[in-house]
Amino acid sequence: MHTLPRNEPGERHAAGRVKKHADAVVIGAGLHGCSTALHLRLGGLSVLVLEKDYPGRHASGVNAGGVRRLGRALEEVAMSMVAADMWKHMADLVDDDCGFEASGQIKVAESEGEFDLQKKRVAMLQSRGFGHEKLIDKTILRERLPAVSPHCVGGILVEDDGHANPFRTVTAFRRRCETLGVEFHSGAAVTAARQRHGNWLIETAKGSFESAMVVNCAGAWGGRVAALLGEPPVPVDAQAPMLMITARMPAFIEPVVGAQGRTLSFKQFANGTVLVGGGHRGRAESGTNATSLNYQRLAINAQTALDIFPIMSQARVVRCWAGIEGVMPDQIPVIGPGSEPGVFHAFGFSAHGFQLGPVVGRILGELVAHGRGSLDIGPFAIGRFADKGDATQHGARSYGG
Amino acid sequence: MTKHYDIIVIGAGPAGMSASRTAAAQGARVLVLDEQSSPGGQIYRAIEKPHNQRRRELGSSYQDGVPLVHGFRQSELDYVNAASVWQLSADLEVGYSRDGIAQLVRADRIIVATGAQERPVPIPGWTKRGVMTVGAAQILLKESSVVASDAVFAGSGPLLYLAVHQYLELGVPVKAVLDLTPAKNYLGALPALFGARADFAKILEGWQWKRAIGAAGIPLLTGVDAVRISGEKSVESVDYRRRGEWQAITCDTAFLHLGVVPNINISMAAGCDCHWSHNQACWTVTVDDWFNSSVAGVSVAGDGVSIGGAAAAEAQGGIAALGALHALGRIDASERDRLAAAYRIRLRKEMGIRHFLDLLFRPADRLRVPREADTVVCRCEEVTAGQIRETLDLGCCGPNQLKSFSRTGMGPCQGRFCGHTVSELIGEASGLPISEVGYFRLRSPIKPLPLKELADLAHSSKE
Amino acid sequence: MFTKIGQTQEESVRVWFEGCEMTVGKGLSVAAALLGEGITHFRNTPVTAAERGPFCMMGVCFDCLLVIDGQANLQACMVEVSEGMCIERQCGAADPELDPALAATANRGETTP
Ligand SMILES: Cc1cc2nc3c(=O)[nH]c(=O)nc-3n(C[C@H](O)[C@H](O)[C@H](O)COP(=O)(O)OP(=O)(O)OC[C@H]3O[C@@H](n4cnc5c(N)ncnc54)[C@H](O)[C@@H]3O)c2cc1C
Ligand SMILES: Cc1cc2nc3c(=O)[nH]c(=O)nc-3n(C[C@H](O)[C@H](O)[C@H](O)COP(=O)(O)OP(=O)(O)OC[C@H]3O[C@@H](n4cnc5c(N)ncnc54)[C@H](O)[C@@H]3O)c2cc1C
Ligand code: FES
Repeated sequence: MHTLPRNEPGERHAAGRVKKHADAVVIGAGLHGCSTALHLRLGGLSVLVLEKDYPGRHASGVNAGGVRRLGRALEEVAMSMVAADMWKHMADLVDDDCGFEASGQIKVAESEGEFDLQKKRVAMLQSRGFGHEKLIDKTILRERLPAVSPHCVGGILVEDDGHANPFRTVTAFRRRCETLGVEFHSGAAVTAARQRHGNWLIETAKGSFESAMVVNCAGAWGGRVAALLGEPPVPVDAQAPMLMITARMPAFIEPVVGAQGRTLSFKQFANGTVLVGGGHRGRAESGTNATSLNYQRLAINAQTALDIFPIMSQARVVRCWAGIEGVMPDQIPVIGPGSEPGVFHAFGFSAHGFQLGPVVGRILGELVAHGRGSLDIGPFAIGRFADKGDATQHGARSYGG
Repeated sequence: MTKHYDIIVIGAGPAGMSASRTAAAQGARVLVLDEQSSPGGQIYRAIEKPHNQRRRELGSSYQDGVPLVHGFRQSELDYVNAASVWQLSADLEVGYSRDGIAQLVRADRIIVATGAQERPVPIPGWTKRGVMTVGAAQILLKESSVVASDAVFAGSGPLLYLAVHQYLELGVPVKAVLDLTPAKNYLGALPALFGARADFAKILEGWQWKRAIGAAGIPLLTGVDAVRISGEKSVESVDYRRRGEWQAITCDTAFLHLGVVPNINISMAAGCDCHWSHNQACWTVTVDDWFNSSVAGVSVAGDGVSIGGAAAAEAQGGIAALGALHALGRIDASERDRLAAAYRIRLRKEMGIRHFLDLLFRPADRLRVPREADTVVCRCEEVTAGQIRETLDLGCCGPNQLKSFSRTGMGPCQGRFCGHTVSELIGEASGLPISEVGYFRLRSPIKPLPLKELADLAHSSKE
Repeated sequence: MFTKIGQTQEESVRVWFEGCEMTVGKGLSVAAALLGEGITHFRNTPVTAAERGPFCMMGVCFDCLLVIDGQANLQACMVEVSEGMCIERQCGAADPELDPALAATANRGETTP
């Protein structure tokens, strides 16, 4: 148990209106907002979290729960390795293991060509000193995944990757924050922000707030909040990755599975239900929080699952849903200081930010407290698209899982 | 290619049949989808079966369906039976399954006429084998001529007495009838009796059913305020409390009924606004005078909107179709209004008695919101009222958070038999009005969809 | 106790329930056919293994789930009987050996919409 200075959000009465103030305000109570709030608080600051809906309502509470280093963009690997370690000891941080199970994650190759690509990737990672991704041949693949279709030729395995329960995770972070004195305001959409005497004045549906530091953890809405905080336009796109879950089935698989050549995220829970997802997107309307499903694309996702696991011909889909996620043109997030004093950002996790939740909070904690962090966040700078004409040239990265 | 219609009607009960006939009569291209094997809906279920058309015992209201179904069969429209609709999207795409094949179809207008389902009856033991709904008893009778002898009927509302009456007419022995209508409702409904005067015959009919039960020597116990089902694995007795004293009736089958509630899953999943009706104690779809929902192009009619009964459903279906035809530019406003006039008169008459029935048969609070901690609320995931209250005490606020924490509403029925109870339990714990508490966020597929059928859509859509 | 009334069905089909052959009316739902034979135990629940049978008969409660011709999780009240149909009870998580440890984890470990 950490001992913290008795430094809690307070109230000020200005011109008849109650104004809450704290050292730092976090906008957005997704996993990144909650984790950031926690680390700021652990660093001794008083913290307020402003959330337009309720904590975990969006991507962080409804995602596939995949906790993976496997297949990450090179820029993210170092950070993801630290996060993996934090997941292992999650209970030390938030008093709950968040349902994390180190079931392993495997990315399946469906052809020799795909397997060759995997060999190259593993060699590339090793040359940079990362040995977590391991090649497995057909025999080991079959041992790990007895239900896999015979056409699959091998894959990459990361032993200690796995999955956790998303809503439970956000809740555990929020509760830990609250125990330490962080205040959460739900239904408090931030609508305006301005600077005064070195502080930020923040207007919301639930009144105004004041702080020296502001952290933008607004997910798919990160671009809008960034604009309120004085940033030039950021190319973050609101997208709606879709998921489907089946009725209970006999246990047939332990690791979380992805595919090399197609988008897939596949796992079976202890209760027998199977979660199928991947990169397929529905429609997102970030203005109204609405998402809609695209059955033509879900059908492709279903076909992939069926091809790789023929046992899925027995499966019945009981629910589908989509969550709103902020996606960057280069598929890696924005993390780092903003242009204006006292402003920091962490958003646009591009459909694979769940695993990074714990570490990104830690990085922001360091940034806010010391002005710099222990990990290289250069590639995630908010200004990286500022003078580039075509932002999409970075191409697609793998998502989901 | 996805097939395209002018109007798709979901449901072939009184509302759906009336809507599709009206639309087809104006030359619209109409598709009707219904998951039953023949048209009729809940009230006129299996009415095309020859043995039912001869069965006077099912009552005169059942026979009212004969001309309606006949007219439906004569209409120029595409009717697909055994078609289970699993999705309706806000952009008017309908997904359904039939014979193991899933299909997507589209239309410029959708009329949802999916009717009602029975209200949950969360009493101790209601999940035991041998406990069924009164509606289930009726379905078994109409569709399959399967009956339970010496069953106990417990509940409230016209359908309870209708079903018992049908059993008696057919000579099936009934063990007892327990009437759970709260005594105070009789007084409360009295002022509404005036509004129901046009339908005095119906009230009289109900009273006659009741008398016939007494005359047949069947114990009819009114003023029962609590019931529970006892038995190790299946029903062994129905226990009831009357005037403060518990008694038990031995039996192996119990039929429960606390009225019906709109079947809102399709409408809600499509995004239609709903609100809580205090009088009917259920979620109802918000519609305008022409039964347009809040989603552009989607109308909802019949018991799927709010409970009004078969005749009201028929009238609403007609009005909704006329509204849709006008929106499609097929008829002008004056033609629409002219054709709707007769339906509106009929609807007004039906609504007169409805208010009276709502007040009279509004189930007691303790029957809708279980007091006992170990009473199951979510049948699928077996979550009890006690567990839900504990979870709420932890500070979990809405139905969706409750779902994440406790799995309540996550089973295959998708909340159909716990959603209402959950909304009310949260209302009770939070003090918020039920409309503010809300309901589970529903999503298609609203019925389980084989993954293989879904996958096949990828190929059919390429063609 | 459930029984059949009226004239016996004109046509019938043979089905197997848990290995026992029975002749039932054509056109009936599987649920009605089994109830007519006095069978009310259709499945055991995945969480507590409790015995369940049909409740609503109209496709909304999902308590009538059976394994029909090898396909699990089918609603008996929505499927018509057919000649030679092979019907089995559904046990728990469609898993023959219901594991109590599994039941304990059932309240945790899945994401939601
Ligand atoms: C369906 C799906 C599956 C996924 N699967 C995985 C996976 O398996 N593994 C993985 O690692 N990642 C996965 N992801 C990605 C992961 O969920 C996200 O990257 C991560 O949760 C992002 O967290 P966040 O806190 O940035 O955003 P969010 O959780 O979206 O939180 C942002 C919050 O900010 C609030 N907000 C926005 N604007 C304002 C405002 N003006 N005022 C106040 N509050 C505001 C929002 O209401 C929201 O609650 C998936 C995402 C989805 C949608
Ligand atoms: C079990 C039960 C028995 C009833 N019996 C009587 C009675 O005997 N007398 C009486 O006056 N009232 C009865 N009612 C009340 C009944 O709701 C109304 O009288 C009347 O049937 C309402 O007409 P409707 O057209 O609105 O809906 P319904 O008649 O209920 O018709 C709705 C139709 O939609 C179909 N449907 C629903 N969901 C889907 C889907 N996802 N995909 C495809 N098709 C779908 C159903 O199969 C049904 O045929 C009963 C209600 C229930 C629930
Ligand atoms: S008995 Fe309710 S779904 Fe079959």
